[in-house]
Amino acid sequence: MRRVVVTGLGLVTPLGADVETVWANLLAGKSGAGPITRFDASNQKCRIACEVKPAGHEYGFDASKRVDHKIQRQVDPFIVYGIDAAGQALEDAGLVDMDEALKLRTGCSIGSGIGGLPGIESESIVLHEKGPSRVSPHFVHGRLINLISGQVSIKYGLMGPNHAVVTACSTGAHSIGDAARMIRDDDADVMLAGGAESTINPLGVAGFAQARALNCSFNDRPEAASRPYDKDRDGFVMGEGAGVVVLEEYEHAKARGAKIYAEVVGYGLSGDAYHVTAPHPEGKGAELAMRMAMRKAGMEPGDIDYVNAHGTSTMADTIELAAVKRVLGDDLSGASMSSTKSAIGHLLGGAGAVETIFCILALRDQIVPPTLNLDNPDEGTIGVDLVPHVARKRTVRAALNNSFGFGGTNAALIIKAI
Amino acid sequence: MSDTADRVKKIVVEHLGVEADKVTEDASFIDDLGADSLDIVELVMAFEEEFGVEIPDDAAEKIATVADAIKYIDENKG
Repeated sequence: MRRVVVTGLGLVTPLGADVETVWANLLAGKSGAGPITRFDASNQKCRIACEVKPAGHEYGFDASKRVDHKIQRQVDPFIVYGIDAAGQALEDAGLVDMDEALKLRTGCSIGSGIGGLPGIESESIVLHEKGPSRVSPHFVHGRLINLISGQVSIKYGLMGPNHAVVTACSTGAHSIGDAARMIRDDDADVMLAGGAESTINPLGVAGFAQARALNCSFNDRPEAASRPYDKDRDGFVMGEGAGVVVLEEYEHAKARGAKIYAEVVGYGLSGDAYHVTAPHPEGKGAELAMRMAMRKAGMEPGDIDYVNAHGTSTMADTIELAAVKRVLGDDLSGASMSSTKSAIGHLLGGAGAVETIFCILALRDQIVPPTLNLDNPDEGTIGVDLVPHVARKRTVRAALNNSFGFGGTNAALIIKAI
Repeated sequence: MSDTADRVKKIVVEHLGVEADKVTEDASFIDDLGADSLDIVELVMAFEEEFGVEIPDDAAEKIATVADAIKYIDENKG
């Protein structure tokens, strides 16, 4: 069977716009949260978010590094983040200049949960105030979810599978899992895979707040708002950004002497079949996805050393934890589990990809990132190492990433050192 | 250089992300400035907003160069 490895990484997050900066800030326990600056949020219930910082900030994002000025003007920010993260990953993998044969065997599967909501909002206002003849000719293709994959393929000449997953907050994990299958099934030798999101706009924030999903009780203390597993958790903090990996067939990577970060060994998918926003109260769907991933990986509970939890800082955190306990054992068989959403917020469609990259870096550096703000752990967490407050050095041989989305869509990915 | 020419060139630079010195009056939007047909639709909309003129589709199709745009605007603005 064709094996699939990771040979390149790219990140745009509220804690930085390159992999090493994000990772250093994450391990240092920094928070990307703050008051919303993108628009006047004074009339919103939720007035905080984890925004990607502007160029010029200590760890800000400079869009002009990898995205043409014209494209920046035409497309929504989630596409800009996605193009940049894909470019980083290709550079990291040493694949920016591919020969024509490899371009035919290289594809893209970079999705998003929601797509270009800010542009949909602003063009709706143009339509309403100025009429249809003032709607931008770039409106449609500047908002569509598959346009990260589209733009990246055009920029680098990639003619392999061109795909985009849309499974809400499971998008990033599904993208990587599905792309790994495309390589395994011989549709491609190399795939750019991941997810991106940017919905910190009035409609996005109001919509999630109205769905009672966002934290609205820490507006005066944004850095303390994302507190997975803590008794005072009260909803997620919206993040934004992108995570993209280069997946590559193992023999192909070996033959060209590529740096190999990890192998994708397990992938599980399931549906809750329960409710549009609430998880199944017993976490049955989550458990099914994890069990499938474990079975595909041929792993036993003691084989997993780190779990990057979905852990959004809602009531669902302990439902997920109960499911993880059923799969890995009451003490998780010695695994550490943390939620990096405590630091970067919830990147929605980007979350699963960004968090899988954190799993890969945990393998590389033998250290697990912390769960911030875990001051008063929920009773359900007793006996589990949730890596409170500070990063910890430890053995990490394999890691599991969980991602769950609205609609009851679940994904679990397992990666291991090669 | 006329006021119209200045304003047209500014819009072209902003929308197409090209160097100002490349936006000469005989520059073709597609051949010299890297625009595609949708970029021209967007430029025409921006000219309409900036100068308060209406540029119907059949006229817009004939605007191929910077000079074509300046000429149309000068002849039709209110």
